[in-house]
Amino acid sequence: MNLSVVLTAVLGLAALAYHFGRRRAFAVVSGRVRDLHSLPSYYGMHTALWCGVPALIVMSLWLAFEPSIMTNLVVERLPEAMRHVPESQLNLVINDIRNAVNGTMTGNDPAIREAADYYLQLRTVSHAAMAVVLFALCAAGGSWAWKRIAPDFRARNRVEKSMSVLLILCSMVAVFTTIGIVLSVLFESLRFFQQIPLTDFLFGLEWSPQTAMRADQVGASGAFGMIPLLTGTLLVSGIAMLVAVPLGLMSALYLSEYAPSRVRTFGKPLLEVLAGIPTVVYGFFAAITVAPFLRDLGASVGLQVASESALAAGAVMGIMIIPFVSSLSDDVINAVPQAMRDGSYALGATKSETIKNVVLPAALPGIVGSVLLAISRAIGETMIVVMAAGLSAKLTANPLEAVTTVTVQIVTLLVGDQEFDSPKTLAAFALGLVLFLITLVLNIIALHVVRKYREQYE
Amino acid sequence: MNNATSPKGIYAIAPERRLGGAAHTALVQRRKAAEKRFRYYGLGALVVSLMFLVLLFASIIAKGWTAFEQTYLRLDVDFATDVLVPDGDRSEQALSSANYPALVKNAIWAAFPDVTSRGEKRQLQDLVSSGASFELRNIVMNDPSVIGTQRSVWVPATAFVDSLIKGQMDRSLPESERKLSDLQISWVDHLLSNGHIEKRFNTMLFTDGDSRDPELAGIGGAIMGSLYTMLVTLLLSFPIGVAAAIYLEEFAPRNRWTDLIEVNINNLAAVPSIVYGLLGLAVFINFLGLPRSSPLVGGLVLTLMTLPVVIIASRAALTSVPPSIREAALGMGASKMQTITHHVLPLAMPGMLTGAIIGMARALGETAPLLMIGMVAFIVDVPKSLTDPATALPVQIYLWASSPERAFVERTSAAILVLLAFMVLMNALAVVLRKRFERRW
Amino acid sequence: MNQPNTLTRIEDPAMAEIQPQQAQPTFSATEPAPEGHRTVGKITVDNPKMSARDVNVYYGEKHAIKHVELDIGTNEVIALIGPSGCGKSTFLRTLNRMNDTIDICRVTGNISLDGQDIYDRRLDVVQLRARVGMVFQKPNPFPKSIFDNVAYGPKIHGMTSSRAELEDLVRWSLEKAGLWHEVKDRLEQPGTGLSGGQQQRLCIARAIAVSPEVILMDEPCSALDPIATAKIEELIDELRENYSIVIVTHSMQQAARVSQRTAYFHLGDLIEVGETEQIFTNPEHKLTEGYITGRFG
Repeated sequence: MNLSVVLTAVLGLAALAYHFGRRRAFAVVSGRVRDLHSLPSYYGMHTALWCGVPALIVMSLWLAFEPSIMTNLVVERLPEAMRHVPESQLNLVINDIRNAVNGTMTGNDPAIREAADYYLQLRTVSHAAMAVVLFALCAAGGSWAWKRIAPDFRARNRVEKSMSVLLILCSMVAVFTTIGIVLSVLFESLRFFQQIPLTDFLFGLEWSPQTAMRADQVGASGAFGMIPLLTGTLLVSGIAMLVAVPLGLMSALYLSEYAPSRVRTFGKPLLEVLAGIPTVVYGFFAAITVAPFLRDLGASVGLQVASESALAAGAVMGIMIIPFVSSLSDDVINAVPQAMRDGSYALGATKSETIKNVVLPAALPGIVGSVLLAISRAIGETMIVVMAAGLSAKLTANPLEAVTTVTVQIVTLLVGDQEFDSPKTLAAFALGLVLFLITLVLNIIALHVVRKYREQYE
Repeated sequence: MNNATSPKGIYAIAPERRLGGAAHTALVQRRKAAEKRFRYYGLGALVVSLMFLVLLFASIIAKGWTAFEQTYLRLDVDFATDVLVPDGDRSEQALSSANYPALVKNAIWAAFPDVTSRGEKRQLQDLVSSGASFELRNIVMNDPSVIGTQRSVWVPATAFVDSLIKGQMDRSLPESERKLSDLQISWVDHLLSNGHIEKRFNTMLFTDGDSRDPELAGIGGAIMGSLYTMLVTLLLSFPIGVAAAIYLEEFAPRNRWTDLIEVNINNLAAVPSIVYGLLGLAVFINFLGLPRSSPLVGGLVLTLMTLPVVIIASRAALTSVPPSIREAALGMGASKMQTITHHVLPLAMPGMLTGAIIGMARALGETAPLLMIGMVAFIVDVPKSLTDPATALPVQIYLWASSPERAFVERTSAAILVLLAFMVLMNALAVVLRKRFERRW
Repeated sequence: MNQPNTLTRIEDPAMAEIQPQQAQPTFSATEPAPEGHRTVGKITVDNPKMSARDVNVYYGEKHAIKHVELDIGTNEVIALIGPSGCGKSTFLRTLNRMNDTIDICRVTGNISLDGQDIYDRRLDVVQLRARVGMVFQKPNPFPKSIFDNVAYGPKIHGMTSSRAELEDLVRWSLEKAGLWHEVKDRLEQPGTGLSGGQQQRLCIARAIAVSPEVILMDEPCSALDPIATAKIEELIDELRENYSIVIVTHSMQQAARVSQRTAYFHLGDLIEVGETEQIFTNPEHKLTEGYITGRFG
C-alpha cells in the first residue's frame, strides 16, 4: 500500500476519533457542557491524540528499520559468489540493488534484477503488514481514550501536557542539530585519521589530495597537510577584515554620531542590503568583475596579479562583511550611555575627540566581539572563495597570488563523483571538523564578550 | 577671551596656553581640522560602501539585461511528409522521434539557395539553434495535420548569432578570432535586412531547464527546485521554530539545561553554512538514505540552518508582548496554554512571520550546503516532485558562472537579477508586514 | 511686579487654608503661570558673568522654557529650584549649549558670557564648553584611569606643555576637588571603580582641570548619600572663590546651604529670583511660597 495513503488514512482516523470523542463528551453530560471538566473539543483532541500518535510513532520506527532488515534478507538470498566478497564491494552490490529498486538504473546483472524484485516484493508485504498494525493501533488507542471520557476526566490538562511535550521536542531540535553536526563530522574524521595520522594533517605543509588518488594506486598515500589551507584562509579573511573593519566601523560611527536623520534612515537600510545579497552573487562579481580589474590594474603598473588572486576574493568578501561589522558596531556604539558623551562634550571636547577618546574605548569590548563574529563569518564563507580564489594550495602571504581555503577544498573534495571510503572524501569531513571548531571557539568567545559588554551598560 | 577673564589665583598656566592664547588658538585650528577630517572619513566610508553596492548592481544589470531578449530566426519550414513519416507511421511515438533536424536544415538551406558547397551549408545550419528541431516537434505533436504543409516558424538562433545581433561580438576582429565567419555574418545581415531575424522577449529563460546550449538554457528548473526546497523549509522551520520559541520563552524553567539550549541556538546561527551541508550529506543522504540532489534533502538542510533565525526572531516577538496581556488572560482563569494560543500568539504572529520571511530569504540565496548534497548536478528536466533530482536558483548561478561563454555570463547575470528580485519581494513583504502590524505598547 | 488679581483673591486666610486650590485658581501646581508672567525679584547683579535675556526653549512643539531672564554673578553660587519638569535643568543646559546634542531642541533669545553672545554662529561651542564646565546628575567618569579622566580635558585643550606640568595640573585639580588624598596611590585604576561620591568629585576635578569660569551642576548630589553630599557641598563653597557656579537642586536645604542667590522655576517660567535668605524666609510670590513651604513639589 502506498505510504502517503497510509498516512492520510491514519490522519483521517484521528479526525474521526476527534469527532466521536467530542460527541461522547456531549453525550456523557447530556449536553450540559458546564458539568464537564474541560471543553468538549479537548475530549475530542485527547481521543484523536491517542488514536494518531502511537500509530505515527510506530510508523516512523517501522520505516526507519525496514530498509536495513530488508537489505539483510535480500543479501542472504544473493548467490554465494556475490555474498562472500569484501564489505566495500558488497556495499557496491547493495547500492546497485537500491538503484534497480528505485528504477534509476536498470542493471543488466540478472542476480541484481532478481534481488531487486525480491526487495520490492518484501517491501509490498512489509507495507501491508504495517498498514494493518497501524490501523489496529488507531482503533485500540482511539477506543481506549473514547471509553475513558467522563465528566470529571481532565482532558484539557492531558492535551496541554502532550502539547508541551511537543514544544519541548521542537526546542530540542537545535540541540540535536549540534549533536548531529558534531557526530557526523567527527565520525567521518575519525575514519580519516585512521588512514592519515593526525599530526600529518595538522602540521603538514603540503596539500595535494589529487596526487593521493594516483598515489593510492601504487600503494602510497597523498599529502594531506592542512597548513597551506589554513594560511590561505587566514590570508583571504585578513584581507576581508582589512576592507570590512575600517569601512564598517567608520560607516557605523558616521551614521550613529554625525549623519543627519534623513541620511540615517536611507543609509542604514541601504548598507543592510549588502548583507542580504546572496554570497553566490558576490562570488560572481569577484570572479567576473573584480578579479579581471585587479589583474589589468596590476599589469598596468607592472605587477603580476594572478587571475584568481587572494586579493580579489578577500576584497569582495570584505564588502560582504561591511554591513555585518557596521550593524553590530552600531548596536554597540548606541549602547554607550549618552551621559558618557555629555561628560566629554561638557569639557569642551569635539565630536571626533569624544568618539576617539570616550565612545570607542567604552565600546571596545563590544566592537572586538563583533569583529570576532565577522572573522568567524569570513572563515566560514564558501561561495566567494570557491568562485574567486584558486585551488592551488600554496604556502604564501602574497595577496596577489592564488591561494586556496578550507571551504574551497571541502567543496572541491565533495562535489562530483565520490567514493565514500577514500581519504580524499573523508578529508573533507576532517576539514569540516576543523572549520566547525575554529568558528565555534570564535563564536563562543565573541558572544560571551558581547553579552558581558551589554550587561555592563544595562 | 583675554587673559583678564581667565581665572586668577588658581593653577598657573602659561599665558599662551590659556584659552585664547597664541598656542591655544593654533591648537584650536588643528582640532577643528581634525574634526572635519574625521567627519569626512566617516562620510567617505559610507559613500565607498554604498558605491560598492551601486557598482555590484550596475555591473550585474549591465551584463544581464540583454539576456531577457533572445534572437529568433524566421524559417519557412516545409513539413515534408517524406521526411517526417517516411514509412507512413503516424503514431505518437514515431512522430516524436522523427527527423526534425533535417526539416530545420532544409529550411535554412532553402533560404539561401545559392549556397551549395558542403562546408558552407554546414556553416549555414550552425546559425540555427539545436532547439529549433524541438520547436518543430512541438508544433507537429500538437497538430499532426501540419504534416505536408508549409509554414513559417520563428526558431531560436544560436548564441553566437544572438551576441552578434546584440552587438557583443566585435566585427572588426580578424575572422579567425571570431566565433562567426565573414560568410555567416553576411548571411545574418541579409536575414536582418529582410526582417527574418528579430529579438524577442526570452520566455525560454523562465520556462526551460538547464542546457549545454546557452540559447536554450533556462532557469525554469532551478526556480521550481528552489520553490520546492523553500516549501519544505517553510513548512518545517516555521512551526518548529515557533514551537521552540514558545517553549523557551513561556514554559522553560531557567536552569542550566535551557541555558545550554540558548547558547546552542546562538552558536548555530553563526555556524558556517557549509557545515550544515556536511551534516546533510552525512545524516540525510548517507545515514537515512534519502535521495541525493532532491529538494527534500535541500529543504531539510536549509530548515536546520534557518531554524535558529526563526527561533531568535520568534522569541523577540514573544517578549514584545507585554506581560499585562498574559496576566489578564490568566486572571480570567485561562490555562497557560490557552493564554498563549488565544492571546500571546496572535499578537506575536506578525513579528514571527517577519522573522520567518527574512530567514527564508537568506535560505533562498544559500548555495554552499546545497553543493554538498548534490544539488549541483547538471539537470535538464524541470523537477516535478520533492524527490526528483533538482537544482536551485543560486546553484544554477554558480554552475553557469563557471562556464566561460559570453552567453552564459549574460544568463548568469539575468539569473542573479531574478534571484535578487525574489529576495527584494520577500524582504518587501516582511517590511510591509512589520509596518502594518507594528504595535507600540 | 506682582499679579494683583492673584493676590487680592485671598482675603480670608482661613479660607485659603481650607480651600487652597480655590484660593489661588490661577497658580496651581499643575498649571503654568499665566501668559506674560514677569519674574518677581531682581534678576540683575552688579558684575554679571553670564546673562540670559528672553530665553525660550522648545522641544519640538513643547515650549519648555518661557521668556526667562537671569544674570549669573561672578564668584557666586546661584541655585535653581523648582518642582520636577519645571525646566531648571533645561535652562542649565542652555548655558553651555549642551542642548545642541538633542536634535529636536531649539533655543531662542540671548545668553551672553562676559558680554559675548554664546549662541552667536561664529562662536565655537567647543571653546564655550571649556569656559562653562558642567557636572551631571549621575557621576559619569570615562572608562579610563583616574589620572586620564582628569587629564583628558587639559590634553584636548593643549593646556600643558609637558608631562610634569600635566601631572601637576591633575594633582592640583584632584586636591581642589578634595579627592587627592583618597586616590593618590591609585591614579592608574579605572575611575569607574570609585564610590559614587568619589566619582562625582572626580567629575568635578575633571571639570575644573580645564580652568572654566562657570561651573554648571545638574543635581550633583541626587545620586549620593548624605556624607558624600556634605563633602560636595563643602567643595562647592570653596570653589566659589574662583568660579561662578550654577547649581540645580531638588533639595531646598541644599540650596539654602550653598547658594547666595536662588531662582525658582515653575513649568517653564522663572517665577522669582532673589537672595537665598530672602527667598527662603520671605518669598514674595505665592507659588514660591507654596513650593518652599512644601505645599507642592
